[in-house]
Amino acid sequence: MSLAARLFPAPALSVAVAGLWLVLASRFTLNSLVMAVALGILLPILTDSFWPDRPRLRRPGLAALHFLKVCGDIVVANWDVARLVLGPVSRIHPRFFTVPLDVRHPFVATLLGSTVSLTPGTVSVEIVRDAEGRATHLFVHGLNVEDEAATIANIKARYEAPLMEIFGC
Amino acid sequence: MLTIVVPLTYAMLAGAILLNLWRLVRGPDAVDRILALDTLTINVIGIVMLLGIAIGTKVYFEAALLIAMMGFVGTVALSKFLLGGDIIE
Amino acid sequence: MSLWVELLVSALLLVGGFFALVGSIGLARLPDFFMRLHAPTKATTLGVGSVVVALLVHSSAVAGQAKLGELAISLFLFITAPVVAHVLSKAAIKALRTGAGGAPADQVPQKVR
Repeated sequence: MSLAARLFPAPALSVAVAGLWLVLASRFTLNSLVMAVALGILLPILTDSFWPDRPRLRRPGLAALHFLKVCGDIVVANWDVARLVLGPVSRIHPRFFTVPLDVRHPFVATLLGSTVSLTPGTVSVEIVRDAEGRATHLFVHGLNVEDEAATIANIKARYEAPLMEIFGC
Repeated sequence: MLTIVVPLTYAMLAGAILLNLWRLVRGPDAVDRILALDTLTINVIGIVMLLGIAIGTKVYFEAALLIAMMGFVGTVALSKFLLGGDIIE
Repeated sequence: MSLWVELLVSALLLVGGFFALVGSIGLARLPDFFMRLHAPTKATTLGVGSVVVALLVHSSAVAGQAKLGELAISLFLFITAPVVAHVLSKAAIKALRTGAGGAPADQVPQKVR
């Protein structure tokens, strides 16, 4: 293992920790910068053993784009939930449904579940895993599902495919 | 303009908190009450943030951060208790 | 503070207050737990997140420099909301299985362990 890989077992995590510290300190001084860099190096090394097989972030640029897209989806689609909530209750058709997953890695499946929970109309209830601990299905509750197949296809194409590309699995 | 908008937002958040309290009292299940409590904490963060705009101090930021963390940990602990009776598996 | 900043802060506050209110209305009036779960996890999170961003813009404009600390709260809310929804719905499903009230029994999902 090279020195760089030893120092930064998770480069993205290092950047995130250092950035978060700078943001929380809210004043950009030499003190806070030194502390941010120290934490950014130390924390990923100390917590490395908590993550036995962590997926690597293969496409950071695509990840940022995907993050922005999800943020946009959250804002736009919240209007739908607002309309449903304020309209008559009898017009809402809630339903449980299962999304078969192509993603096998539990961490990526959890990320997918979280995106599904945040995008309005759906909340992920359970990530069904097989005996070896790989994710197989996502169990979802939809607030107003008119076409189950279309909703499933939308989740797979819009959120699962980019995540698989980002983590390269 | 902010002198009108800030009280208006106060009113909306206060209405939200009243609705949460109603759900907290009504139930019917423990899960509903936990959900109501969690929503209540999030709305309180909003109120604290508004105080920050209205009064203009920095202390409110730390308070809101603490409420956010405590609320999250509390909700998860309560749900875990419902799930298994044990908080730490 | 310029008029534009004030307009932006006002718009963010109003949108935030509206969504927080919608989330709580949903929590209060929707008929069963899983439907109620939708409103607070999304609408309230977005609403309060937007109020937080309003404070960020406001305090940055007052101080004359970027103050991003409030962004951490917003981010924290958005990260924790799905986790809370997930844990709560697991607890609710367990309550359904053991017959502790809630939705009718034919809604109990079979696929979940």
